Amino acid sequence: MSHEHGAAVGPGLVELLVAAGVLAAAVGYLRAVRSTRERAAWPVRRTLSWLAGLGCVAAALVGPLAAAAHASFTAHAAAHVLLGMLGPLMLVLGAPVTLALRALPLERARLLSRVLRSPVVRVVGHPVVAGALNAGGLWLLYRSDLFALMHEHPPVHAAVHAHVFLAGYLFTAALVGVDPQPHRASLRVRSVVLVAFIALHSILAKQLYAFPPTGVGSIDGQVGAQVMYYAGDVVDVTLIVLLLAGWYRSTRPRLAFPVTAGTHLRPEP
Amino acid sequence: MTTDASTRVDPDRRTLLSGILFGCGIAASLIDLFVFHLALQWHHFYDLSSTAVAITADGFFHAVAWFITVAGLFLLADVRRRVEVHWARWVAAVVTGVGAFQLFDGVVDHKLLGIHQIRYGVDLLPYDLVWIGSSAVVLAVGLVLLRRTRRRRDAR
Repeated sequence: MSHEHGAAVGPGLVELLVAAGVLAAAVGYLRAVRSTRERAAWPVRRTLSWLAGLGCVAAALVGPLAAAAHASFTAHAAAHVLLGMLGPLMLVLGAPVTLALRALPLERARLLSRVLRSPVVRVVGHPVVAGALNAGGLWLLYRSDLFALMHEHPPVHAAVHAHVFLAGYLFTAALVGVDPQPHRASLRVRSVVLVAFIALHSILAKQLYAFPPTGVGSIDGQVGAQVMYYAGDVVDVTLIVLLLAGWYRSTRPRLAFPVTAGTHLRPEP
Repeated sequence: MTTDASTRVDPDRRTLLSGILFGCGIAASLIDLFVFHLALQWHHFYDLSSTAVAITADGFFHAVAWFITVAGLFLLADVRRRVEVHWARWVAAVVTGVGAFQLFDGVVDHKLLGIHQIRYGVDLLPYDLVWIGSSAVVLAVGLVLLRRTRRRRDAR
């Protein structure tokens, strides 16, 4: 992206591509909503969520925060929470696959459905794999030379950001996705993966607090680590709520008196 | 939680589970965060002196704490949609949970693992005594309340 070493790529080229992609995603989604409106209503909250998610991604990659992230680790941490956690969460809640399956012509919808059922999607969409890609990517980025490398080579920079976003999306979709998932993992597996991820995320934040990446000042590193820790926590707790809300909905009692023998009911009035 | 058929749930056990999870959870996440980190600022989110084992353990405690806080509330909501909640019993379970976690925190986290101390730059002994003593009292109060709410319920 545009910083002093990025001249070879041409100033702002990646930003332009990102902006175009975000715009296309917004326009495509809105057109799909409009074209299927007669058949079935599409909840407004999903549209708002999708647009908010795109806003997060755009703010992380284009504009003042993205520019500041080249020099400031604190801005970098904030951008990463937007790009890898909050943005993906809002996009996942926009249910883009459900919308696409509705809006696409039959043949292409079938193709999309086949892709979603493919072994590759099944594997990378598994919470354990998605969680490993997500947390593993973060550890690699901050605990190896990748962070310094990223700031010297624009292609590496772009690849790291693409990975942070895609891994964040896969992970969020695997845990709390509202789109159809032919092979959704059990609640127990998803809970364990989420707890492990939150733990790893907070451990990494503390490590960064103590040992900032090469080239990051100690105050900047400490503030950035706390942004990662506390802002990450807010998104993580939201993920827990969404995950357990799924459990709550799926275990709704179906009988009028769902009580085992010998149970004390509430006292008679 | 995943395996129970929705038709075979003991509301009393679920009330207890909800209260204890929520109590342990808020003691570990909210009370620690708001009282000791933000209000008193006695200890910080990381004191830079912990061992790798302690940081790792703390990371997992932290994650589990948030998870059981939220899980406790969803279990409470589940009891509530099945039967009328026996609130006194739930509160007793919450108090027990808070006491149990604070005791665990004071003995295992502070003393055995050394994740962090209660306060820095002071003689720790009185702090540790007050922390461990008060958590034992809270735990005892919770257990007594649990006993009493059970008796009252059985008497009916």
